[in-house]
Amino acid sequence: MNFNMTLVGQAISFFLFVWFCAKYVWPPIIGAMDERAEKIADGLEAADRAKRDLELAQDKAVDQLKEAKQEAAVLIDQANKRAGQIVEEAKDKAREEGDRLKISAQAEIEQEVNRAREELRGKVASLAVSGAERILKRSVDQAANSDLIDNLAAEL
Amino acid sequence: MSSTGETQSSSEIIAHHLTNLTYGRHDDGTWGIAHGSADIAEMGFMAINLDSMFFSLLLGGLFLLVFRMVAKRATVGVPGRMQNMVEMAVEMINDNVKSMFNHKSPVVAPMALTVFMWVLLMNVMDLVPIDFLPKLAGLFGVPYLKVVPTTDVNVTMGMALSVFIVMVFYSIKQKGAGGFAAELSFHPFGKMALPINLFLEVVNLLSKPLSLGLRLFGNLYAGEMIFILIALLPFWTQPFLSVPWAIFHILIIFLQAFIFMVLTVVYMAQAFTVDEH
Repeated sequence: MNFNMTLVGQAISFFLFVWFCAKYVWPPIIGAMDERAEKIADGLEAADRAKRDLELAQDKAVDQLKEAKQEAAVLIDQANKRAGQIVEEAKDKAREEGDRLKISAQAEIEQEVNRAREELRGKVASLAVSGAERILKRSVDQAANSDLIDNLAAEL
Repeated sequence: MSSTGETQSSSEIIAHHLTNLTYGRHDDGTWGIAHGSADIAEMGFMAINLDSMFFSLLLGGLFLLVFRMVAKRATVGVPGRMQNMVEMAVEMINDNVKSMFNHKSPVVAPMALTVFMWVLLMNVMDLVPIDFLPKLAGLFGVPYLKVVPTTDVNVTMGMALSVFIVMVFYSIKQKGAGGFAAELSFHPFGKMALPINLFLEVVNLLSKPLSLGLRLFGNLYAGEMIFILIALLPFWTQPFLSVPWAIFHILIIFLQAFIFMVLTVVYMAQAFTVDEH
């Protein structure tokens, strides 16, 4: 156990090695490690954020779906109502039309009847007159009896 | 040197294994390799252990080379195997430093990394079979070779003293020379007992590098010694003794490197902490 210059040599080596390590070895390695740790932390945070965003988007999608369903239900409801309305309207119109047709037909019928009646009346008058002529076997002054015949016809 | 290959006594073998390859000035004024511990003792301080320095620089250089290569190509993305391994070491050191040292310093963590990896690599040399490298070197005419630098007290004390110098430097830098002196003078017993305080604190201060260096040296020296003693036994005992001891020694190798690193950081933390007095 003799002390000699090895001690000094080792001490000088020590300082040189420590200096080299502190200048060229430690900073790049620890820098890369710190940077990676930061990157990983950022990545984790981003993943968290993405997860939150996804949840939010999902919630939103569900909401929108619900809203769309509601809207669709409203629309269908409205359409149904409108359809009913249209049917009702059509029915009303048809009924009205029918009524109108009926009325006009009735009026026509009445007209026809009246006309027939007039005709009949005229015919009956002339028949009556001719009948009377025949009965009386004489010519009756038509003009003189026309009043009489008119009254008769009106009574028919 | 001519004795290699001839039968040696146990004590000769042990002494041979525990002798450094020392270069220095001989008694007769010539420079050269020392032969035996008596020769080394005569050389005194102006000599150098070539084997210790060689392996110490080789291993420290290896550590820095590998780590520098990784640092140059360090990617923020997915790291490769090598970078993973290096990052594991760096992170282990960084966590330890963070838990023990709560000041800002660009030096302490890299120093802890250097100390840990360097000491670990030097300790690992202990697992190389005890005769491998010395015999190999012997073929090339190298008479002595101690392959584990941390079994050389010069190496461990050299590192411990360096840590001590850094510690004193930061103590003075953080607290000022006056603050450092005050810490040594007024500490355990107040201002009235200045000489006692000074004595206690100086002893306390000096015990730090001493215990740091001698603990590492002692542990590794003892471990190496047991390997040498096992190597003296008949060859068929080797697997039953050398292997279990080597496996157990892995723990010591790692633990001593770790303790050296932790104590270095703790001493730095003490140097940086300004006492409220």
